[in-house]
Parts: sequence; C-alpha cells; structure tokens
Amino acid sequence: MTGAFYLASLVAAVSTGLVITSLNAVHALLYLIVSFLAVAVVFFILGAPFIAMLEIIIYAGAIMVLFVFVVMMLNLGRRAIEQEAGWLTPKIWIGPSILSATLLGELLYLFGSGILSQAGGITVQAPKQVSVVLLGPYLVGVELASMLLLPGLVGAYHVGRQLKSEDA
Amino acid sequence: MLNLLWLVPTLPLLGFLALAVAGGWFSRKTIALIGVGSVGLSLAVAGLVGSAFIGLSGTADRSYDQVLWTWLQVSGFGPAIGFHLDPLSLVMMLVITLVGFLIHLYSVEYMIEDEGYRRFFAYMNLFVVAMLTLVLADNLLLLYLGWEGVGLCSYLLIGFWYRDPANGAAAQKAFIVTRLGDVALAIGLFLLFTHLGTFNIQDLMTRATEQWPVGSSLAAIAAFLLLGGAVGKSAQLPLQTWLPDAMAGPTPVSALIHAATMVTAGMYLIARTHVLYSLAPIAQTAVAMIGAGTLLLAACSALVQRDIKRVLAYSTISQIGYMFLALGVGAWGAALFHFTTHAFFKALLFLAAGAVIQSLHEEHDIYRMGGLRQALPVTFWTFLIGAASLAGFPLVTAGFYSKDWILWEAWASPLGSPWLWGVGVIGAFLTALYSFRLVFNVFFGEAKAEVGSRPGLMVEGPLIVLAAGSLIAGFLEVPRVLGDVSLFSKFVSPVLPSFEATASITTESALQIITMLAALLGIAVAYVLFLRRPALVTAMTETAWGSTLSRFWIEGWGFDRLYDTWFVRPFLWVAQANKDDLIDRVYEGLAWLIRQFFAVLHRTQTGQVRWYAAVLAAGSVVIVALVVLS
Amino acid sequence: MPEMNAESLSIPLTQGMLLAGVLFAFGLIGLLVRRNLIFMLMSVEIMLNAAGLAFIVAGAHWGQADGQVMFLFILTLAAAEVSVGLALVLQLYRHFQTLDADAMSRLWG
Repeated sequence: MTGAFYLASLVAAVSTGLVITSLNAVHALLYLIVSFLAVAVVFFILGAPFIAMLEIIIYAGAIMVLFVFVVMMLNLGRRAIEQEAGWLTPKIWIGPSILSATLLGELLYLFGSGILSQAGGITVQAPKQVSVVLLGPYLVGVELASMLLLPGLVGAYHVGRQLKSEDA
Repeated sequence: MLNLLWLVPTLPLLGFLALAVAGGWFSRKTIALIGVGSVGLSLAVAGLVGSAFIGLSGTADRSYDQVLWTWLQVSGFGPAIGFHLDPLSLVMMLVITLVGFLIHLYSVEYMIEDEGYRRFFAYMNLFVVAMLTLVLADNLLLLYLGWEGVGLCSYLLIGFWYRDPANGAAAQKAFIVTRLGDVALAIGLFLLFTHLGTFNIQDLMTRATEQWPVGSSLAAIAAFLLLGGAVGKSAQLPLQTWLPDAMAGPTPVSALIHAATMVTAGMYLIARTHVLYSLAPIAQTAVAMIGAGTLLLAACSALVQRDIKRVLAYSTISQIGYMFLALGVGAWGAALFHFTTHAFFKALLFLAAGAVIQSLHEEHDIYRMGGLRQALPVTFWTFLIGAASLAGFPLVTAGFYSKDWILWEAWASPLGSPWLWGVGVIGAFLTALYSFRLVFNVFFGEAKAEVGSRPGLMVEGPLIVLAAGSLIAGFLEVPRVLGDVSLFSKFVSPVLPSFEATASITTESALQIITMLAALLGIAVAYVLFLRRPALVTAMTETAWGSTLSRFWIEGWGFDRLYDTWFVRPFLWVAQANKDDLIDRVYEGLAWLIRQFFAVLHRTQTGQVRWYAAVLAAGSVVIVALVVLS
Repeated sequence: MPEMNAESLSIPLTQGMLLAGVLFAFGLIGLLVRRNLIFMLMSVEIMLNAAGLAFIVAGAHWGQADGQVMFLFILTLAAAEVSVGLALVLQLYRHFQTLDADAMSRLWG
C-alpha cells in the first residue's frame, strides 16, 4: 500500500505540473483529471473511500465537465495556444516559483518540526461515520453550504446569461 | 397656607407650558387669559402665603423651607429643588408677582396688534417663573438656574422683534455682557462649594462665619466673584453698557425685566449673601464704590439722552447704583426698600412712557413730543407721580423715603462716609433734573406730534395702581423725625440686620433737609432749563466744551467705544487672523501625511488580479514565516 | 470494504502533507504565472483540492471523520466558486473578446 501511495502521489504531482505548463486548455484539463484521479487514489489509501468517490464524481466529473463546456463554447483554438506560448516566457516562472517554494519550504519545516510527528495508525472512516458527523455537529455547516450553493446556482445563471443589449 | 409656596412659581410655569405647547390653537383672548391669569393666580397665592407668613409667631429667626425633591444625588453633592421663604424673599416674591401681574395686564392691550402675541406671553410667563425661582431658591445652584433663566428670557425678549437686526444685536450684547458676570458667579459658586461643601444658602452662610475670619482672603475672593455676577446682571460699572441697548425690546419687557425685577437680581444676590460681604469688608467697600460711581455716571448720561426709554434705562442703572451704595454701606434693608419702591415707580414710568410712545405712533424722541398734558391726562398724572417718586419729591412720594434712608445710612453707617453721602446727594439732584426734564419735554410746552390712539382701560388701570404704589409704599418706613414708622426694617431685620445709628437726630434732620433741597432744586432747575428757557440748554450744548461733554454723555461715557477698541476689535482681529484656524493646520498636516501614504500605497493597486494574488501569497509566506521562526 | 489493519497503512503523515503542499504550491505558481482566466480557475481548483487533501490526511491521522466533513464543505465551495467563476469568464470573454486577466485592470485605484 505504501508503494501505491508514493506512485499515486508522483502521478498527481507530475500531472499537476503539466496542467500549469501546458499551452492547450483541453490538454490541461485532461492532465487535471488525471491529477484528481491520482488524488482520489491517495484518499482511498488514506481510508476515505467515500471522499475518493466524490473526488472522482464531482471534481473529475462534474466540475471538469463544466470547464470543458466553457472551453468548447469559447472555441479558443490555435490562436489561443500561440498567445499562451507568447505569455509563458521562462522569465515569468521565476518569481512565483520562488514564492511558492518558500511557502512550501516553510510548510515542510512545520510538518517536520514535530507537531505532527506522532505517527498513528490509519483507520477507515466509513461513509456512515462521516454522515453521522456531518449531519450531527456540522448540521449548521451543511445548511450554510446549501445556502452557498443556491446563490451559486442563481448567480451562475444570472451572470452567465446572454444579455440582449450586448449582442448588438 | 405656607405649603402653597410651590404653587407660586408653578402656576406661571404651567401658563408658559400651555402657551408654548398648545398656544397655536388658542385665540388672542385665551392667550391673554392664560398669560395674565397664571401670573394673577400666582400673585393671589403669593398674597396668601405672605399673609400666612406675617401671621407666624414673631420669633427671631422667621423662615419657612419647602423642599420639593432632591435635584440630583452624587456622593455628598445633593442640591434640592427647594424654596426658602424669609422676609427678604417674601418681599421680592410679592413685588415680582404684583408688578409682573400689572405689567402682564398692561400688555394685553399694549401688545394686541403684535403678531407674536403668544410668544410674548409665553416668554413673559417663563421670565416670571425664572425670577421667582431665583428669589425663592434655597440653594445657590437653583438660584443659578433662575439666574440663567432670567438671562435667557431677557435675551429672547430684547430680540423679540427679531426681524430687525439691530434688535438681535442688542439681545446678543445683553446676553454676552451679562455672561461675563455669570461666569464670575459660576466660579464663585464652585469656590464656595469646594471650600464649604454645600450649596444651601443658609448652611453656606453659617459655615462661612464659622470657617472664615473677618477679612480672610477666601471670603473676599468669593464675595468679589459673586459681585462680578451681580454687576453683570444689574448693569453696574463696568458691565452697564448692555442695559440702554436692551430697550430694543417691547416696552412692557423693559418695564418688567430691565427696570423692576431682573436687573435687581444682583442686589438680591448680594443681600442674600450679605454675611459673606460682612466677612470681606474690602469687597463691601467695592460694592459701595461701584454703586456710587454708577449712579453718578448713569445720571449724567440720563441727562442728555433723547430717547425716552434710554433716559429711563440710564435712570434704572443709576437707581440700582443707589441700591448697591446701600449694600456697600451695610444698609441691606434700605437696599431692599429702594428695590421695592423703585419697582413701582420705574415700572410705572416705563409703562406710561410706553403709552405715550404708542399714542404717538412709535415716537421715542422726547424733543418731538410735547404738550401731552391735556391729550393724555391719566398718563400725564401717573407719569408725573412716577417722576416725582424717582426724583424723591419730599414727603409724599415713596422714592423720597427709600432714597432718604439710603442717604442717611451712607452717612451714618459705620461703613459710610460723607463722600458717599455727597455723591448720593449730587445723584439725587441729577435724578430730579433728568426726571423732570422728561416731564417738561413730554407733557408741557407746545404739541409737536399728533396724538393717535388713546390708551384704553387695560393700560391705564395698571398705571393707576402703580401710581398709588409709588406714593404709599414709602410710608412703610418713615424716618424718626417725620413720624418714625419702621414697619419695613422691623420686618426684614431677622434676615437683614441693621445697626444702631451713631449720628444724632439733629444731624439726621439736617441731612434730610439737604436731600429734600437737592430734589427740589433739581426740579426747579429742570423747570427753568427745559420749560422756561430752553435756549439756555441750546447755548450750553453749543459751546465746544458743552457739545463734547453732551456727546460723551450720550454715548454713555464712551464705554461702548472703549470696549469696542479694547475687546471687540482685538477679538475680531484675532478671529480674522485665525480665520484658517491654526489648530486646523495640524489636521490638514495629518491629512497631507495620509495622502502621502496613499500615494505610496496606491501604486500597489495595479488592478491586476494576479498581482493581488501574489501579494496575498507573499503575505501568507510572511505569516507562516513568523510562526516558523517563533 | 477491504479489511485494513494499522500496520499495513503506516504511511507517515508527513508524506501526505508533503503531497498536499506540493499540489498547493503548483496551484499557486499556476495562478501567478498564467494570464488566461481558464487556467487561473484551474489553478484555484488545484489549490482547493490540495487544501482538501490536507484535511483528509489530518483526519486520517487523528482517526476523525471531521476531516472528511471539511472536505465535503470544500467540495461545495469549489462547485459554487467554479460555476460562478466560469459564468463570469463567459461574460468577460463576451465583453473583452479576450481571456487575458491583465487586460481587465479597470479595478486600478
């Protein structure tokens, strides 16, 4: 199982790296799906099978489908890829990379500094347990999430509709 | 009966509230009924209370206290809303309600044409409330409330015809000048409270005697501060300049506030706290000096004014000068007695002058009046009585007895001196001169103006009552030689002690004859100068010396100009120089500094989302770094 | 559900967190480097996913279901965010005829 974890981690990291470097949006989306699938494997290994399913269904499925739709609607094509190539000069990577590397280094230092060092056994959290917690102490959170989703739905519909005046 | 005392100020207060809140729905008749009726009822209750008080067994310390409730309670500081009735406040209360009632009655007809009818009666009622609070208060804080209340009403009523900016300016002048005195009074109150720990006047006086020896500096400072308040309110030197301008208000206001009652509040304050002045002889001497100085100055100014109301205003200042002179020599009773008689004859003079002014279509200039003797007989006779009383016409008028008492004390009191007496006698001569200058110019000679309306019954009634008062009030106190009546001094002696006369009866009689002669001489000179030989006056004022002097006197000894140069203009200059407010510069600097910060910070606002995200990330890097490094 | 015992799953927590950190850093780099709005949104998705991973790792470590609950909330958030975000992208593309985020700098103060 440990081997599977490292393999999935490697796949996730590499495909994510490819997402942010690829020029073509459709390619990037495919890499992103791969990344999500790899992370789903990691979830499964970490004893969260329910979450692994959700990762595949919602992230890799629903959300990515949305992205695909939008990319297809915009019909970006070759011109967009050339534009991306023009934007992604080597120089532009330096600043963000240093910044992110610093943040990562700090986080790693924190993880290694002993606050999380107690290695404990991993227990499987079955969907039932999750549901009990979710609809128990976190009920208010669920309500809030539903209240977030509804405006998200309405907002997406409202913002995304084609305005008559702009067609002219 | 005595426990009805609280009704005396409450009734006019109810009248004020009714007029102020609901007066808009009332007809003029109802307004007049409420305005006059409330003061009339107050007078009736005051009369009942007064008779009950006089009926009290004649113990040495006669007084009645009525505490309604505690105003506020802060550890050790608990002034009460309470009234203290003793002979002093009783006399004040009776005079205020009686004269106030008569003037209200007079106003019913006098003000009938005015569009501010309701406002007028509301203010007048409020004034009566405040004045009664002032005199009945058992503690200095409540007294101060009344003190400021009468100041407010005075301000409102001087500027009653507010559409004319000059009236507004006069109101402001009165308010600001008296404010100078009020500040001194307030500081005096703080001083007394800090050192003696109470506001109750009786306790204060007891403790002052216990704690402060005669001549102690604290007592002197307190007395001087109170004197400052009194000087401002009573228009004495050097704060007398507001009163002549205060004549901008309606005539009943001048009669009630600026002659009979409010301006005597200073006298009342000093009489009320006379124990303090006994402890501070230097302050008492100052009171006498101020009184003597003021009475001469104002009398001279009264001599040359052309506006009938300004003459009376200066004469008021002068007569209050007499009261201060009396206070200064320790003749507390005499001051109160002069207050009483003065309230009658000065209110009478103002009301009669108002009747004349109204009959002549708002004519104020006495040189454009004349010969009104036949046209306005009631007004003439009452005015004559008032003027005679003011002049101290011997034996029959009240003014003679009160002024004679003051002059006698000025001579004979341990604190008195022939100098003060001399000033008083010269003042008496001048008083007779200017009061009969009025009489001769207005009522004798040839008619110079057409008489319009004639005063009605409501105007003449109060005049007659006041004229009667101006005559008979004096018989309450008749000197030893002339009949030896001492009802008044005996009545007030528990609260206002008198002393044994040191001079002999012969001296007293001699002095009285001189006083009488001074008054008669004044009248005679006035007869010659203003009726027989007016050319003489013209000749006198046409000489270089005479015209300068008369102009100087008309301007009230140049005090206005002096204050204008010394205080008003420098203040305006400072205000002008500081137009842009120096302190404001500090804030402007602060704003400039913030703008500089903004100029630096606003460069970070590129509008690029990626830049913002980068800054956000950098911020989290820093925060995590802080966690790591800590 | 396969039976798993503690020994077989002794994956050190640090490794899980390392993966979350690496994914987050990639997402951040992507967000800062790419000018195309679609890619920026993808990067945001990556970062959200990384945060969810961190929760799952921690939840697994402590044996609590709370971590998974938090992931569910993040999932909800991501769904809402991406739907509104993509709608905005559509609208912006219609308006500006480009997806260049730097071209939309009217928020300049």
